[in-house]
Amino acid sequence: MDLTYSPEEQAFEAEVRAFLNAELPAELAEKVRKRRELTKDDMNRWHAILNAKGWLAGTWPVEAGGTGWSAVQQHIFEEECCRANAPRIVPFGLKMLGPVLLKFGTKAQQEEYLPRILDGRDWWCQGYSEPGAGSDLASLKTRAVRDGDDYIINGQKTWTTLGQHANRIFCLVRTKTDGKPQEGISFVLVDLDTPGIEMRPIRLIEGGYEVNEVFFTDVRVPVSNLVGEENMGWTIAKYLLLHERTNIAGVGFSIEALEQLKSLATQVRRGGKRLIDTPLFAARLAEVEIDLEAMRLTNLRMLADAQKKGAPGPETSMLKIKGTVIRQAINDLARRALGPAAAPFPSEALDGNAALVPEDHAANAASYFNNRKISIYGGSNEIQKNILAKGILG
Amino acid sequence: MDFEVSEDRRMLADSLGRYLSDHYGIEHRNAVAYDAPFHDAQKWRDLAELGVLYALAPEDRGGFGGAGFDVVTVFEQLGRALCPEPVLPQLLATRLLMASGADLEPLLSGATRYAVAIGEIDAPYAVEDITTEATDSGGGWRLTGRKSVVYGAEAADRILIAARHAGGIGLFEIAPGNADITAYGMIDGGGAGEMFLDKSEAVLVAGDAGAMLQDALDWGALALAAEAVGAMDAANAMLIDYLKTRKQFGRPIGGFQALQHRAVDLGIEIEQARSITILAASRMGTQAQSRSVSMAKNLIGRAARLVAEESIQMQGGIAMTWEYPASHYAKRLVMIDHQLGDTEFHLERVMADLRPAR
Ligand SMILES: Cc1cc2nc3c(=O)[nH]c(=O)nc-3n(C[C@H](O)[C@H](O)[C@H](O)COP(=O)(O)OP(=O)(O)OC[C@H]3O[C@@H](n4cnc5c(N)ncnc54)[C@H](O)[C@@H]3O)c2cc1C
Repeated sequence: MDLTYSPEEQAFEAEVRAFLNAELPAELAEKVRKRRELTKDDMNRWHAILNAKGWLAGTWPVEAGGTGWSAVQQHIFEEECCRANAPRIVPFGLKMLGPVLLKFGTKAQQEEYLPRILDGRDWWCQGYSEPGAGSDLASLKTRAVRDGDDYIINGQKTWTTLGQHANRIFCLVRTKTDGKPQEGISFVLVDLDTPGIEMRPIRLIEGGYEVNEVFFTDVRVPVSNLVGEENMGWTIAKYLLLHERTNIAGVGFSIEALEQLKSLATQVRRGGKRLIDTPLFAARLAEVEIDLEAMRLTNLRMLADAQKKGAPGPETSMLKIKGTVIRQAINDLARRALGPAAAPFPSEALDGNAALVPEDHAANAASYFNNRKISIYGGSNEIQKNILAKGILG
Repeated sequence: MDFEVSEDRRMLADSLGRYLSDHYGIEHRNAVAYDAPFHDAQKWRDLAELGVLYALAPEDRGGFGGAGFDVVTVFEQLGRALCPEPVLPQLLATRLLMASGADLEPLLSGATRYAVAIGEIDAPYAVEDITTEATDSGGGWRLTGRKSVVYGAEAADRILIAARHAGGIGLFEIAPGNADITAYGMIDGGGAGEMFLDKSEAVLVAGDAGAMLQDALDWGALALAAEAVGAMDAANAMLIDYLKTRKQFGRPIGGFQALQHRAVDLGIEIEQARSITILAASRMGTQAQSRSVSMAKNLIGRAARLVAEESIQMQGGIAMTWEYPASHYAKRLVMIDHQLGDTEFHLERVMADLRPAR
């Protein structure tokens, strides 16, 4: 048993650290640390910096313009990025569609779309969920009917994250209505400029705008935009979900959030005492640190295992559940640490001498509420438990 | 033993509940709650006319209530409707003015709105920790310091404020114009403000105010507990309704046992919350007041967060949206723990007095 990274991995870690030190713009790191909303330009700027280094597509092979990193290297990169408060890589093109095209796309599709993802010409969004099809994704109803060399699409997608920045959407659509629902689904690429598409914003619980509804009325899409074969969309969707779930534990986010929380607890005072010296709060802080340490190792164990076997298995469900619960527990403590001062809207936060909360923490309550989403999306924690239960109980 | 609510209180609950559901629906509520001045003057007058404020004081002080159960009756209804009006500060002020012997009529009639400034950044909950200073060097009292997250500060006509002086903790009144107030909106709706005091003129109300402040805070915590019970009931009703109607995998999601048991757990915790609130209400004015209120506020803090988090989780994405009322209930339920003492603060107060009963 050896819990340390190999010498090569350690060298890689140092290289990533040095790169982030030199290249991550301070303004971006500050925005991330303060949990301010990033603009489209902010995200594109960070992508461009990574792309220039050749580090943007961590999961793609070198031939496709990716890094060819091992799972452990990807993990190291993610963790270091979180520690440094780098913006999160927007996953839809790079971590979702990219791997799908590499596995199921035609040569022409790969040549057309992959470079555009890397250089930022295309911003993709994910059109899976519908109002009636959330956990039961296979029940989706958005219909694509063949008409000559086109499909005509009618229906509605929802919860489309960052669709407001996107110029393209990859969709699961129904191409066959008889038989098993899973067997009538296809995966198509749609240009959002196509006539008949309307996008409407959805405001989230804490007031932010990051998701949308997308309506399709007689939208014509060339059949050449089909990925894989007609009616094999479900296989693709499942493959993609597996990719979505690597790094799902969000260990890096939790490590960084816990560091921030500890620093906060040394600044906040209750009467004469620092919050970190009050036994009840300190006990909760210690507990969450214990949980996180254990999960960090669980994550590495599963990573090592996946590296050996070549693919992540159902244990990613375990990481998703525990990872989100721990992140939410840290968010909860960060909100509570502020006492009454957590309540003002972050946009109305006072600064300078009038500041109500220590720097960087004005959005703690908003983040807590917003992050309730992480146990709902990407397959809710209940659905993950169903998967695990099926695995052990049949 | 009799757990029936008295006829008078039932009538107040009914008329208030009906008024709020007819005139303070969630859309109006959100419009008021998230925009300055976080208060609707006409609705305030209506609420006062219904007796919401008179219910906070006993008959011998010009009200028609004043018992723990009167406060619970009012705040449970306010909670059910997520009403953002600054009634809580009026309760605190009522208790303080009762102790100082002042005339309550302007407050009880709704004509004069009070804010009560006790908490500070480093002393959010405990009266004994406050540091705002009061000095009198001949020309009257002057206050220096900062009061933080003062609910209803912007809409207040008069402000009562706690400050430390050479002889202990006193209660003062400060004209809103004499303090530098920065108002802001809250994530769960309603408004509060920061009060910056720099040798600001004030009038002494009571020199030795430690006990009356603690009493006011106890009553406030009881009111918040009742508000939470009302909000939990409403949130839970929405959840149950959704579990019955939302279909996935060809059946209502309420048919999945994974959710059924958790919905039942919420129901159990809500009944626990109701019971501890009734218990605390029954002990107001007794030796056990402070400890019972702390027990209630601790349990409420835990139960309300559970209801908020679980109702979001069990309804899925829809409950993450601004448009769906459950999200606003969840925010209020969580943030109640940030007012007048959180679960840890009240747990410590219960822990401080753990003598065996026998
Ligand atoms: C902020 C946010 C961003 C999102 N971004 C995207 C995006 O970019 N693209 C996209 O396609 N989708 C996106 N989603 C959608 C997300 O994937 C869905 O919300 C998720 O699949 C759950 O579906 P639902 O919200 O309809 O809840 P429902 O499926 O209606 O579930 C409601 C509740 O029932 C439970 N439940 C359902 N079935 C079972 C069962 N069999 N057993 C036990 N419990 C069950 C669920 O776990 C949940 O607790 C996003 C969602 C959110 C909140």
